[in-house]
Amino acid sequence: MNTTPVAGAADFALVAPEIFLLCAACAILLIDLWLPQRLRQVTYLLSLVALVVSAVLVAGLPGERMTAFGGTWISDPVAKLLKLVTCGTVAAVFLYSRDYLLARGLFRGEYFVLGLFATLGIFVMVSSGSLLTMYMGIELLALSQYALVAFDRDSPVAAESAMKYFVLGAIASGALLYGISIIYGVTGTFDLDELAAGLDGSAATNVGLLFGLAFLMAGIAFKFGAVPFHMWVPDVYHGAPTSVTLFLGAAPKLAYFALALRVLAEGLGSAVQAWQDMLIVLAVLSLVVGNLVAVAQTNLKRMLAYSTISNVGFILLGILAGTPDGYRAALFYVVTYVIMAVGSFAMIVALSRRGFEADRIDDFRGLAQKSPWFAWMMLFLMVSTAGVPPFVGFFAKLYVLQAIVDVGFVWLAGVAVLFSVVGAFYYLRIVKVMFFDEPAPGLAVSASGSFRFLLSVNALAVLALGLFSGALLDAINRALP
Amino acid sequence: MEKIYLAILLAPLFASIVAGLFGKWVGRAGAHTVTILGVAVSFALSVYVFNHHVLQGQPAFDGAVYTWLETDGLTLEIGFLVDQLTVLMMLVVTFVSLMVHVYTIGYMHDDDGYQRFFSYISLFTFSMLLLVMSNNFLQLFVGWELVGLVSYLLIGFWYKRPTAIFANMKAFLVNRVGDFGFILGIAGVYYFTDSLRYSDAFAAAPAIADVYFHLFSTNTTENALTIICVGLFIGAMGKSAQVPLHVWLPDSMEGPTPISALIHAATMVTAGIFMVARMSPMFEYSETTLTFILVIGATTALFMGFLGLVNNDIKRVVAYSTLSQLGYMTVALGASAYAAGVFHLMTHAFFKALLFLAAGSVIIAMHHEQDMRRMGGLRKYLPITYWTCLIGALALIGFPGFSGFFSKDGLIEAVAESTIPGAGYALFAVMAGVFVTALYTFRMVFMTFHGKERMDEHTREHLHESPWVVTLPLVLLAIPSIFIGWFTIGPVLFGDYFRDVIFVLPQHDVLAKLGEQWHGPAAFVLHGVQAPVFWLAAAGVATAWFLYLKRPDIPDAIQARTRGLNRLLENKYYFDWFNENYLAAGARAFGRIFWKGGDRMLIDGALVDGSARVVGWLAGVIRHVQSGYLYHYAFAMIIGLAALLAYLLVRT
Amino acid sequence: MLAEYLPILIFLGVGTGLGLVLIALGFLLGPRRPDAEKLSPYECGFEAFEDSRMKFDVRYYLVAILFILFDLEIAFLFPWAVSLDEIGTFGLVSMLVFLAILVVGFIYEWKKGALEWD
Repeated sequence: MNTTPVAGAADFALVAPEIFLLCAACAILLIDLWLPQRLRQVTYLLSLVALVVSAVLVAGLPGERMTAFGGTWISDPVAKLLKLVTCGTVAAVFLYSRDYLLARGLFRGEYFVLGLFATLGIFVMVSSGSLLTMYMGIELLALSQYALVAFDRDSPVAAESAMKYFVLGAIASGALLYGISIIYGVTGTFDLDELAAGLDGSAATNVGLLFGLAFLMAGIAFKFGAVPFHMWVPDVYHGAPTSVTLFLGAAPKLAYFALALRVLAEGLGSAVQAWQDMLIVLAVLSLVVGNLVAVAQTNLKRMLAYSTISNVGFILLGILAGTPDGYRAALFYVVTYVIMAVGSFAMIVALSRRGFEADRIDDFRGLAQKSPWFAWMMLFLMVSTAGVPPFVGFFAKLYVLQAIVDVGFVWLAGVAVLFSVVGAFYYLRIVKVMFFDEPAPGLAVSASGSFRFLLSVNALAVLALGLFSGALLDAINRALP
Repeated sequence: MEKIYLAILLAPLFASIVAGLFGKWVGRAGAHTVTILGVAVSFALSVYVFNHHVLQGQPAFDGAVYTWLETDGLTLEIGFLVDQLTVLMMLVVTFVSLMVHVYTIGYMHDDDGYQRFFSYISLFTFSMLLLVMSNNFLQLFVGWELVGLVSYLLIGFWYKRPTAIFANMKAFLVNRVGDFGFILGIAGVYYFTDSLRYSDAFAAAPAIADVYFHLFSTNTTENALTIICVGLFIGAMGKSAQVPLHVWLPDSMEGPTPISALIHAATMVTAGIFMVARMSPMFEYSETTLTFILVIGATTALFMGFLGLVNNDIKRVVAYSTLSQLGYMTVALGASAYAAGVFHLMTHAFFKALLFLAAGSVIIAMHHEQDMRRMGGLRKYLPITYWTCLIGALALIGFPGFSGFFSKDGLIEAVAESTIPGAGYALFAVMAGVFVTALYTFRMVFMTFHGKERMDEHTREHLHESPWVVTLPLVLLAIPSIFIGWFTIGPVLFGDYFRDVIFVLPQHDVLAKLGEQWHGPAAFVLHGVQAPVFWLAAAGVATAWFLYLKRPDIPDAIQARTRGLNRLLENKYYFDWFNENYLAAGARAFGRIFWKGGDRMLIDGALVDGSARVVGWLAGVIRHVQSGYLYHYAFAMIIGLAALLAYLLVRT
Repeated sequence: MLAEYLPILIFLGVGTGLGLVLIALGFLLGPRRPDAEKLSPYECGFEAFEDSRMKFDVRYYLVAILFILFDLEIAFLFPWAVSLDEIGTFGLVSMLVFLAILVVGFIYEWKKGALEWD
């Protein structure tokens, strides 16, 4: 038995972005320690630079699938795409957050450092080739998120939601780890490729394996926030500072998609029969509960939380199709959803001011009269999320539905469409409130120029990607051939 | 070349956006400068493309420039088909549009909606180019609807006038009827060919011509191609205002005059003609459709001409003449003389735009008075307008040597050669139409420019020729109205200009038969002078002279004698009356039944409100699960996990 | 497959049994002479028998967490030290990287004042 780990320069070349990101995050943490408060902007700028350099390094990775460190690390086109989108999303979140944090005295280096560590966690998850690597990424991301939620230490709501998130997250991690250990017990390997190679058609009837799969599934569902593992989502989204909700609602979804893709599709692909059924239950419940409860919300952050749950239902639909088309559709969906979610939460940030969170739906009343441009931007985002053509959200839903109809789940597509209609109600209610209600007293968008610019780009991208969906579709087809 | 095509298409769009969205910012001068520049660029590049494809004989371009969406075999893309027919249309559209842009500076000088107007007409130019340059049915349909939309916006440009609102609503609704047929036709094409590209549809046309299927009942079979072609032609009937979908065009005169010239005479209304010519490889195989087209066209050509006789509104007379001329073009299409139809389309675009703009010039001079009974003797006040208008009128009646003569004479002779069922009726209608055309055209000229001055004192004192921005387009349009026929008839009708572009079955090819006797334009003119067509036109002019200059009392006497006929004409054959009292009222009655019974009770009451109530109630119930207690949440997770495990037990 | 878990089962059985036996032995054999000092609370200086939902100084948690962190690090270092001759330079460098990251955290908490009681 050769115990000497095999790792050469080629291996390290494939993890260059992660190594850089780790070093950068550590360095920024230390630099921030010695910076006086008035120079805090330096941390912010350095974090952005770190993201940009990581993105450049990611872009320089080879275009084909390669593995490193004895198969525990995968570098392939889909990882590349997800990492690039992650960098972009996190950078946007940082930009959006700056004013919000400044206004509340929360502009501290830890926010950005934790964000970078979470990004690193996402990177690790996206590229993991073994269950252990995956678990490491999950925990790195999760711990960063727990700390971020509790970032506003003086807010009891934030502390409570962080506590809930932490405890429930621990249960989910336990389940996940337990599932991993059972799968290891049954198959004798953590390696996803070996797992895929070792399993055959009988995997779907292997009780031990399925037992582990059920625990694994519970963990994945918790991470996604799929019903009935969704309870943390509304409380945490609502309780966390909006800039943190912005973070939680966007980039991690990419990582969870990678988790499902790597573990279910790549590792346990031969047990598709088994996890498909489980995902159907989770997806349908998420669509039903997410959309129905969102209708009753008066708080926009909570509403968007439930909307997230329903959108997760759609992502799971794409995955459960179990076909390359389905994975592509889910990838398309998750990427476009992230863009829309960042924009929607950023609208709340845009409207809020010191001592005023602007997270109630009523706060958007008559926005069209006060800030017509942003009312239109919000209209774009809401209408796209509702799935109205020609916005990109429509195509995302269309591709997912097409994928599941292709594998014969017509009834499932019917359910999805039905509850999308319910969903359209609460998205369009925002539009109605903005355009047809009397203005709420004293509200107008009071954001800096760069914020306005980015938000406009963000919202217009939703339209542009819809009109020119071919470009994104091409990128996704290349990522998941 | 693709870049140039794109530039031609996008320049007016860009100008329209600038003038429309940033109108306040660029100001009046900025708005007209940018839009005129945009159209001028399009025109110049169209000339370049004409040179490239026609004069240098480069092959036609057919390709997609952007694929928007591909799903399950349905490909939606933006593409261009640029060949001789397209180039011709592009030249006509951009040239007339450019003239109208310049003219508008004078005509709309005092209007508040100055920038808006320029934005609309540039948007129209873009839409029309999109329509003609398309290489697939989807883009054709988008352009088709866009020109309809702009037409709607422009007819109702003065949106504070109730009549304008009524007219634009009418135009929109009537066009919807046509578009319904059109989209059914497109759906048919897609159903049978699995493609929206012209080239695929054309290639499949002979095969589809042999497909029969049950559409209405199991006892009858319908030819698939006929269904498709009739559907498409119904679309053309809406856009090109053929009976009985013509009712919107006279009312569209509520819009500003430049629009009447550009959209409702020269370009948009010819979209239907263009479309049928473009689809000639399909229409050729369906003789039933050709007969249908012939009859509809002939009816429009003759009976709409009659209406021009009794109208006193100068613009409406020109409008009815447009209807009648569109009928001529349609007849040509029905006789398989597509080239003749397109040829008449081109000459008509010039002289009809000229006539409209001349009428507009008169209207400006008369302080927006449009009733010819209050005009007369304007010749000495508006010399340029008079002479250009006279040129337009001569071209319209087909006076030998003028452009209209070549196209109309060629067209009538082609119909005479045709053996398609219905050709006899069509020939009679177009021959009689020549007399009628001459009569109402010169009635208009004489009533407006000659005879007694019937306007009031105040108006007469202020009469003067229009500014140069108005007269320049008149002169520029008058030139092609005279000459363009002479130079183009050879290649377009009898030469090989449309070879490979317009497809005609050998047994239908009437133009080839005519071509055997073709000895150049001079001989054609000479031959025309001896033909009955010319004498009919001359008789029309003479009659007009006699009735409206020599003995103006006779028309009133005739009117008094033929009260019934007169009433029929004044009520426009009761089309509007029928539409309003039966179709519209019936539709409203139906609508009310469905609204009250279906919408209010079933949909609103039971489905919408009902489901909304159920959703609201459910939401209220489920949200209580979200108690906020950590142990409830953890419990839910455990239950979920247990359910997943239990499911496994059941499954294995 | 599950047969491989048999040793674990036996181990669990033996462990539980041994524990019970030892407790029972202590109970049976040990002398019992209670006095006030022996019965007094000694756990962390808090009363043992009162409402458990009492307020702790938050610094306890901080110290506890830091303790766990560095304690785990030691747990990680032991097997590494034992197998160092087998994993060679690569293993050495890996551990150095690990420790370096830990040091970053250490510097952070030091600078933030987490190690000062007052």
